[in-house]
Parts: sequence; structure tokens; C-alpha cells
Amino acid sequence: MYRVLKRELIVPNIHLLVIESELIHKNAHAGEFVVVRADERGERIPLNLVDWDRGSVSMVFMALGTSTYKLASLKVGDEIATLAGPLGKPTEKVQGKNIVCIGGCYGIGALYPAIRMFKEHKNHITTIIEARSRLLLYWQEELRKYSDEFYEITRDGSGGFKGHVNDFLINYIKKNKTDMVYVQGCTYLTYLVSQTTRPFNVKTIVGLNPIMVDATGMCGVCRVIVGGETKFGCVDGPEFDGHQVDWDTLLARRRVYLDKERYSLSFYECEKYG
Amino acid sequence: MAKKIIPEKTPMREQPPKERAKNYDEVPYGYSEKEAMQEARRCLQCKKPICIKGCPVEIDIPGFIRLIAEGDFRGATEKLKEKNVLPAVCGRVCPQEDQCEKICVLAKKYEPVAIGRLERFAADWERAHGESSVPKIPRSTGKKVAIIGAGPGGLTVAGDLIMKGHAVTIFEALHKPGGVLVYGIPEFRLPKAIVYREVDYLVKCGVVLIVDFIVGKTATIDQLLEDFDAIYIGTGAGLPWFMNIPGENLNGVYSANEYLTRSNLMKAYLFPEYDTPIVRGKRVAVIGGGNVAMDCARTALRLGADEVHNVYRRSRKEMPAREEEIHHAEEEGIIFDILTLPVKYIGDERNWVKKMECIKMRLGEPDASGRRRPVPIDGSNFITPIDTVVCAIGQSPNPLIPQTTPDLKIGKWGNIEVDPKTGKTSKKGCWAGGDVVRGGATVILAMGDARVAARSIDEYLKTGVWRADEG
Ligand SMILES: Cc1cc2nc3c(=O)[nH]c(=O)nc-3n(C[C@H](O)[C@H](O)[C@H](O)COP(=O)(O)OP(=O)(O)OC[C@H]3O[C@@H](n4cnc5c(N)ncnc54)[C@H](O)[C@@H]3O)c2cc1C
Ligand SMILES: Cc1cc2nc3c(=O)[nH]c(=O)nc-3n(C[C@H](O)[C@H](O)[C@H](O)COP(=O)(O)OP(=O)(O)OC[C@H]3O[C@@H](n4cnc5c(N)ncnc54)[C@H](O)[C@@H]3O)c2cc1C
Ligand code: SF4
Ligand code: FES
Repeated sequence: MYRVLKRELIVPNIHLLVIESELIHKNAHAGEFVVVRADERGERIPLNLVDWDRGSVSMVFMALGTSTYKLASLKVGDEIATLAGPLGKPTEKVQGKNIVCIGGCYGIGALYPAIRMFKEHKNHITTIIEARSRLLLYWQEELRKYSDEFYEITRDGSGGFKGHVNDFLINYIKKNKTDMVYVQGCTYLTYLVSQTTRPFNVKTIVGLNPIMVDATGMCGVCRVIVGGETKFGCVDGPEFDGHQVDWDTLLARRRVYLDKERYSLSFYECEKYG
Repeated sequence: MAKKIIPEKTPMREQPPKERAKNYDEVPYGYSEKEAMQEARRCLQCKKPICIKGCPVEIDIPGFIRLIAEGDFRGATEKLKEKNVLPAVCGRVCPQEDQCEKICVLAKKYEPVAIGRLERFAADWERAHGESSVPKIPRSTGKKVAIIGAGPGGLTVAGDLIMKGHAVTIFEALHKPGGVLVYGIPEFRLPKAIVYREVDYLVKCGVVLIVDFIVGKTATIDQLLEDFDAIYIGTGAGLPWFMNIPGENLNGVYSANEYLTRSNLMKAYLFPEYDTPIVRGKRVAVIGGGNVAMDCARTALRLGADEVHNVYRRSRKEMPAREEEIHHAEEEGIIFDILTLPVKYIGDERNWVKKMECIKMRLGEPDASGRRRPVPIDGSNFITPIDTVVCAIGQSPNPLIPQTTPDLKIGKWGNIEVDPKTGKTSKKGCWAGGDVVRGGATVILAMGDARVAARSIDEYLKTGVWRADEG
């Protein structure tokens, strides 16, 4: 069992979770993730590592379904059943490049360790975070600290640039030398950014989120097609070249359990709030 | 003088097929005391018992059987445990028909002694009649051993080395110990409580078990060697194979590992009480002819399938699954499509598998394995509707440890290479055995390897000599 040191709502529906661990920090790198299981009956779900130190690891998650709802109801001192990691391949370390880093929803948190690592390796970093509304943007201070340029985008115009990330990005790439784009967030965002950068031929690294079970390469549920080849997201990824990803298959495979997930959530809520 | 031999094994009562295909309870009930003693008396107590030669861990077979015949059931378990720390497991899943029972002298004319059933009986009797006491642990040697993987191999090494006074820590990647016994083999064939009890026993003896620890990620082998004097790698063969045919990434196409892990380890059969879902297909195709395929097919049935097809490219005779598993599957209504090979899965607009295209095969010349090679029959392709596919064609070792341990010598199939006499790898202080060395093999072979390695580890810890030629 692993003790909860902190669980707080950062912005509506997005939570910070800090769990006690003396082990995971030792080999942790940007781009890696952990597997958590809320309780003995819980599912194993992957969450990006957003920070770590000698005594803890931190994650940012969006409450979507049963597993994340369970995590969202944790209090300081509670325990979760599983915490395993770090998992996946670290973000590739590049040096002296102009990198645009883009994050949306939970991906804003997931950007944090990558930006920190890119900065250590002397890259020029342009950070873009996006959300429907200003109310859903967070960690501006933390991200600014490691960014050379910093932009906010809201679809409703309540803060920063009004509109969609692709419009902003096209403009930016046209005006500024961009060696690489790095994206964390939901599949729609990673897809959209990859499609946007493709005509400009700017290398685009995306953090994918296929369904996982063991996350050690044992089951193969996390298969994604990259460059025409089947890869296991948990061990060959989760970061891949967005221009090589077969997005149709990824999107379809993410929906395998849609009906069951809805049913599971209503069952959980019914049990909890009856 | 010759006692009259009863030609057949004492039958074991089982759940009726129709009933059991809907539940997860164990299929065979096991012998009663009376039945066990009756069966034990069939044993001739040979002077030179050849059955022992068929047992990879050399259990004193006539010895424990005699004790059962005499009604000394505790004595029988103790005799078993001298050589085998997991008799309740082996009595259920070992392929006795290819090992001890195959060469039992009775088998020449009659049915062999039901050695497996007797082994299971003795182990179950002990479970039902109270805790075996924790043995006296020798004084600490001050040496520390790390065991990677809590499968039957790792557990065996742990048991052997704790009894030599070494400090033993097991690191397991998943949240539960047991390896394939827990994530792979279904409850109806091997109740998980049996495995957990064996693990609890080791923990009581002082073995430290650390779960959620992925060696190669959480810490590498080299990092562990800073803290431990010796390492045993028993990480199994967890990397699932696919056939690389069109449509394998459609929704509804599973690897056996995913299907069984969801169902067994994550308890998806109890969804939604447990959170992990699984597709409950109505027409399921399971590809492959081994134990793994039989387990998947019988699981599909229990998850509510109307029709489960086992699709195998050779004939029934070549199926590598245990005879008992094939027999149970047949009884439960699994349909065997032999000499058939899938070539393509066909999906709908939502990416769900709907049909399977297969080709018929015939048997040609024997291949390297001595089995007749299946050859496709031109123009025999046919399409059949299907809504779930489970691919159970094999697996190889997981590359996580090889990738992060550059000086570990790896074979063609990603297996770790060892000296079979000692289990030593190419890396000083590291041993390996079981499926990570052999590829998918058996529980008892993993335990046999473990025994060999444990002896060698103990010797190394005592002498500090890795190789004889090393000054
Ligand atoms: C490598 C990796 C890293 C990840 N890191 C994070 C992270 O840092 N923070 C985080 O919040 N999530 C992360 N995810 C996604 C997270 O694992 C899932 O959101 C989680 O499994 C949802 O579980 P659930 O039971 O709460 O929801 P489910 O019941 O599984 O899903 C509820 C509903 O939400 C949909 N859904 C699930 N996940 C997503 C998603 N990511 N985007 C859009 N819709 C979705 C489902 O299709 C379903 O309709 C990561 C995934 C991977 C593979
Ligand atoms: C479905 C199925 C049915 C079977 N039926 C039978 C049968 O009836 N009879 C029979 O004799 N054999 C059967 N087998 C084969 C048998 O189960 C295996 O040969 C045996 O379990 C191998 O034991 P092992 O200890 O080598 O590895 P495993 O049992 O595979 O255990 C390895 C353990 O190591 C862990 N691990 C892996 N990588 C790491 C890492 N990097 N760090 C930490 N831990 C790690 C795994 O999570 C696992 O728990 C079956 C196998 C399957 C899959
Ligand atoms: S060979 Fe058969 S009859 Fe002889 S001792 Fe072994 S089990 Fe008994
Ligand atoms: S999650 Fe099982 S192999 Fe990737």
C-alpha cells in the first residue's frame, strides 16, 4: 500500500496527486509514467510522472471514469493499492534546439518534467498551454520558469490567444525557426498538432495514451502502429513521432471499452452514493 | 505372490461439464482419503522406480505413495516437500502423462499409477488439516540474494536459499506474486488461494517480497548488485507473439496474455464489482494448440460465449496441450477447427473484428521439432463470422532486463543463456532459469532449473568462487 501525501483539485476536474515513494525517483526521467491502482478492485492505469523527489512522486490527472474518480476522492493519509514505475522510455534528450512544447488538460502537468529536462540541455523553449477557458489553465508560474517564451490559448478567449492551438502554431512556425514540437495531452490534441506540423516537416514528438494493463510489455493491449510497424506503447513508447502514428487505429482502440467504462462508472457512483 | 493389479486409475470425480462451463470453480474435486489409499495401493513399490527418472525434481514417488497407502498423509506431504515446494500446484498442472506416469511400469500394460492425483491429494490434505509449522531457519550467513520474478522458479529458489540461511528478497513487477500461476492459469484449473498460501509460507520463513518493482526500470540489475551478493533471474516468457497478419490490431483481437491477465489477475470476470473490463464475445476464436489456448478457450466459455472455436494449424495429435486439458475443453463444448490457419481478420467501420479468413492445411514432412509440418492447401480459404479472437501462439522472454543489462548474454529468441549445469549466466553473480531461459516451458522445469541454480548460488556464497579457473 502506498500513502497519499497530497491530493488537491488544481482546476475543475484536474487533480494533483502526490504519493509516498522512496524508490521511483532514483531512475525517473521526463517522459516516463507510473501505473496506479486505487484499491484492491481497481484497474491498473498509467499516469505521467510530473515530478519526483526522495520521498514522493507526483501525478496530474483528469477525472474521467471509475479509476480516476476513485483517485479524485482520495484524502491525505489514504492508501492506494499499486504504484509501480518508472515505466516507458524517457523523452529523447536533444541539445541546443528550438523546441515548441504544447500541453492541454492533464498534459499541462505532464509537460513540466520535459520542459525542465529540455532546459537543462540548453534548448530554447517555447511553451504553449491550451484549454477551453482560462479557468482550466494551471501551473503557469512553474512552466514559465523553464520557458523562454510562454503562451496561453483559450478557445473562448477568456485568456491569452483566442482560438485553436493549430491556428496559433501555424503562425508561430512560419515566423520562428522551429526544430521540434513536443506535445502532451489527450489524443485529439496530439493528433491535431501532428496534422498541423506535418506540412512544415517539423519533427513532432507526441505522448500517446493507448489503453494499458501491465505496462511492462507483457499483454500487448497498448499496441500502436508507428511507421507501419506494430509497437507496444508501454515499452517502445509512450512517446512517438506524431507523423508516423496510425491515428485511426489508435483512436479506435481507445474506444474498445467505452460502453463498459460508462457502466462501470455508474456502478461505482451507485455503490458510493447509492 | 503377484498381487492382482487393477488395470485402471481410480477415477476422480469432477464437476459436470454443462455446469462447470458457467462457473470458475475448480473442475476436478480431488480424491477422498479412501480413493487415494485405493489408488496408492496400485503402486508396485518397484525396487528401481523408474518413475523418479521422469520427474524433473526427482520426487521420491514410491516413497510418498507408500505413506498414502499406509494412511500417513502428513508423512506423505513431508516426503513430497523434500523435493518439491509447490506440490499442490504441480499435482494440478504438471504434464505427468509425459513425465513420471509415462514411464511408470504399469503403463506398459495398464493405466499408470495416478501419481499427479496422489500428489494433489497429499498437498490438499495438508492444507485442509492445518498449517504446516515453519521450519527452523539456520543462522544467518549475512549474504543477500535478490530474486527477480515471483513465478514458480523464483519461489523455489527463495525457499531453497532461505533454508540455507541467506537473506532473500523477491522483486516482482506485478501487484501479486505467483507469475503465470496467478496471471495466466485460470482459477478453475488452479485456485489462486493455493498459490498465495505457498507464498505466505515463504514470507513466514523470512523471505521478503516486494511487489510493483520492475527490474530494469525501478532499478537495474547493476543497481541491485550494489546491494546483493547474488541475483536469480526468473522473469518468465511474458512477451506475447502475434502472427503479423492483417487485422490483428482490430478491436476484439487479444493476445492470450491480455485476455488471461484481465480475467485472472484483474478479475474481469467479476466486472463491474472489479473495475477491469473484458469483451464478452459470443463467437470466439482461440488460435493455437497449447495449454494457453485451452485456458483461453475455456475462459471464453465461462465469460458467456455461445460458440468457442479452437483454431489449430496441425492435427489434434500434434497439439502440445496436456491431454487432460484438451479432454476437458472437448467435454465443455469447445469446437476444434484443426488443420486450419487464420490468414486475415476483417473488421467493420468501427474497427471491430467481425470475420476471420482461414486457410485449410495438410500435414507434410516432419520439421525440426519432429512434428509433421503443416502445409497450406491452395484455394481452400474460407471466411467465418467471429466477434472475438484470442491469439495464443506463444511467447518469448520480455526484453526489459536484457536491454538494461548489456553484459548479459542473450540467445536468438531473446532468452538468457546459461550454463545448464549451474544456471550461471555470462554475468558474474547472476543466475537465470525457467521460461526466461527455455522460452514457454513448464512449471516443473522452471522449478528444476531453480533447484540447480539455488545449489550453485549457495556454493558461490560460501566460497566466493564464480568460476573454477578464476584464481
Ligand atoms: C502513458 C500514459 C500516460 C498517461 N498519463 C496521464 C496523466 O498524466 N494524467 C491523466 O489524467 N491521464 C493520463 N493518461 C490517461 C489515463 O490513463 C486514462 O485517463 C485513465 O486510464 C482513465 O481511467 P478511468 O477509469 O478513470 O476512465 P475510463 O473509465 O477508462 O474512461 C472514461 C471515459 O474517458 C475516455 N477517456 C479515457 N482516457 C481519456 C483520455 N486520455 N482522453 C480523452 N478521453 C479519455 C474513455 O474513452 C471513456 O469514455 C495516460 C495514459 C497513458 C497510456
Ligand atoms: C496460460 C498458461 C497455462 C499454462 N499451463 C501450464 C500447465 O498446465 N502446466 C505446466 O507445467 N505449465 C503451464 N504453463 C507454463 C508455466 O506456467 C511456465 O512455464 C512457468 O510459470 C514458468 O515459470 P517461471 O518462474 O520461469 O516464470 P513465470 O511464471 O512467467 O513468472 C515470472 C514472473 O516474473 C515477473 N517479472 C517479469 N519481468 C520482471 C521484471 N523485469 N522485474 C520483476 N519481475 C518481473 C513476472 O511478472 C512474473 O510474475 C502455462 C503457461 C500459461 C501462460
Ligand atoms: S514406476 Fe509406477 S509402479 Fe513403479 S514405483 Fe513408480 S509409480 Fe509405483
Ligand atoms: S500495457 Fe501490456 S504490453 Fe503494454
